[in-house]
Amino acid sequence: MFAPFMVNAWVTASIVAVIAGVVGFFVVLRGAAFVADAVPQGAFAGAAGASLLGINTLIGLGVFALAGALGIGWLGRNARRDVSTALILVVMLGLGALFLSFTTEYSEQIFSLLFGEVLGIATNEILPIAVLGVVCVLAVGVLYRPLLLTSLAPESGAARGIRLAWVELAFLVIVAVAASMTLPVVGALLIFSLMIGPPAAARSLTSSPLAAIGLSVVFALVTVWVAIAVSFETNWPIGFFVGVGGAVCYAAGRLAGWWRSTRPRPSAADQAGVVREQAGLGPVGQP
Amino acid sequence: MTWLFAPGFFASSPVHVALVVGGISALVCGIVGTFTVLRGQSYSGHALADLSVTGGSASFLANISPLVGFAGTGVLAAGVMDMISNRQPRGRDLATGIVRGAGLGLAALFLYWDATSSSTTGATITILFGSMFTVGNDAVPLVAAFGLPALAVVAVLYRPLLLSSVSPELAAARGVRTRLAGLACLLAIALAVSLAAITVGAILATALLVGPAAIALRLASTPGRATLAAAAIAVAATWLGIVLAYDSFTWPPTHDGWPVSFFIVVLIFVAFVAAQAIRPGRTLRARGTTPGSPADGMRA
Repeated sequence: MFAPFMVNAWVTASIVAVIAGVVGFFVVLRGAAFVADAVPQGAFAGAAGASLLGINTLIGLGVFALAGALGIGWLGRNARRDVSTALILVVMLGLGALFLSFTTEYSEQIFSLLFGEVLGIATNEILPIAVLGVVCVLAVGVLYRPLLLTSLAPESGAARGIRLAWVELAFLVIVAVAASMTLPVVGALLIFSLMIGPPAAARSLTSSPLAAIGLSVVFALVTVWVAIAVSFETNWPIGFFVGVGGAVCYAAGRLAGWWRSTRPRPSAADQAGVVREQAGLGPVGQP
Repeated sequence: MTWLFAPGFFASSPVHVALVVGGISALVCGIVGTFTVLRGQSYSGHALADLSVTGGSASFLANISPLVGFAGTGVLAAGVMDMISNRQPRGRDLATGIVRGAGLGLAALFLYWDATSSSTTGATITILFGSMFTVGNDAVPLVAAFGLPALAVVAVLYRPLLLSSVSPELAAARGVRTRLAGLACLLAIALAVSLAAITVGAILATALLVGPAAIALRLASTPGRATLAAAAIAVAATWLGIVLAYDSFTWPPTHDGWPVSFFIVVLIFVAFVAAQAIRPGRTLRARGTTPGSPADGMRA
């Protein structure tokens, strides 16, 4: 399991899990599940386009993920968010269908892009993934307070001069970058499980944002590590264990939330105080 | 007319089947889609369409009829989504995503189990991207088996569904069992997208469910007209897409035809952008700022 040829898989999957855990926290907080689902799946079409042109898959993924995220933001200005997301997604997938129809030899490669492939990662592929991952985490760090504030209290954020539209756009771009770097490993259809299962569980365990992000990363790491180990032992596809792992995290979180709700707990005002403190705001009552 | 209808279009048997099957799928999706968009459940529709991959692979593995696999998975997934959802939009999307992730994980496993032949990976691609010209004659009864129950639910529950979609509080006050209505609507969506996925592919299922309804709700003035307009737009886009795809058999680079789904999706998208330019109304309900009149909630 820890043979030299598996080292790349462990390293890459761990980077992927950290990114998914951090970015996923904001996906869950902002209720952006559909966007986080649509961007990687649409970006998959970019990979098909890249293989048609004979360029690096990562470039195709990145271009499509960015175009998709910006398209969702643009179309969503005066349409329902779920409608604009669905339409941008189907347009990208329609282009993917077109690209696929132009090539003849695709099945194997496409299948691994859809459902993930950890074993085929070359050492020189780790560096770009790591660089993009650092960019993602740095971006989240820089935008931490605006992101948190606009997710929890949009009016208060707007009152403080935060441009909601720009924060939203920046968030979409972060999701796009995270999606395009994690997609080849976990697969277009399942990266999203990793982005919502662990953060959802973390959110139901703690109301402090920083602790939730930390827990979310830990859960995501455990999910991928277990997935790789069991996948290695059974030879079953890793996508299955990631998808089911995400659901298990979510179920555990719901159970924990239910358990907490049946016991005495801090009042809502206390919880709001914790959140506001973490967001760098004063006590409840101050703007 | 040969510039539009390439020679042989009206004589081709695959084209006839595609026109009939695609037309019925589009009709059902357009009608059910109106309620999908009104209720803000586009994501559920998309997730259920993707989950047809699970249904297809499971029926392949268990050697049962794909019909049972598709319908069973759709209904089961819709039931689980409804059960674990806490009915807040954010929580609902989360629950939808979790079910979708677990379902597709299962699909990966099923495909691995029957992946001794390379044909299964091809099957995944077919389910996801669809190919209308490969639909057989035997698909017509299948289309009826899926489409009729979905339409029946919408027809029987038309008024309570409409009321609970536009104003849940008002519906509850009038004695509508909103939770039951919601479940029935989700089941109708599941049947409609399974039907579309098995015949025309999962991409088109999402596109036909959401696109025409969103256009119609923006342009039409009453929900009834919007429902009819959505059905008409869906059928028109599908048929025009089939015509263009047939024409494209002479186009570069492969001279093997461009995919139907590409044309239909682009037609729907262009129509939506055009409708948005004509009626750039803001969505009051989706932004959740002003509790507007019921008619405001209709604008998609």
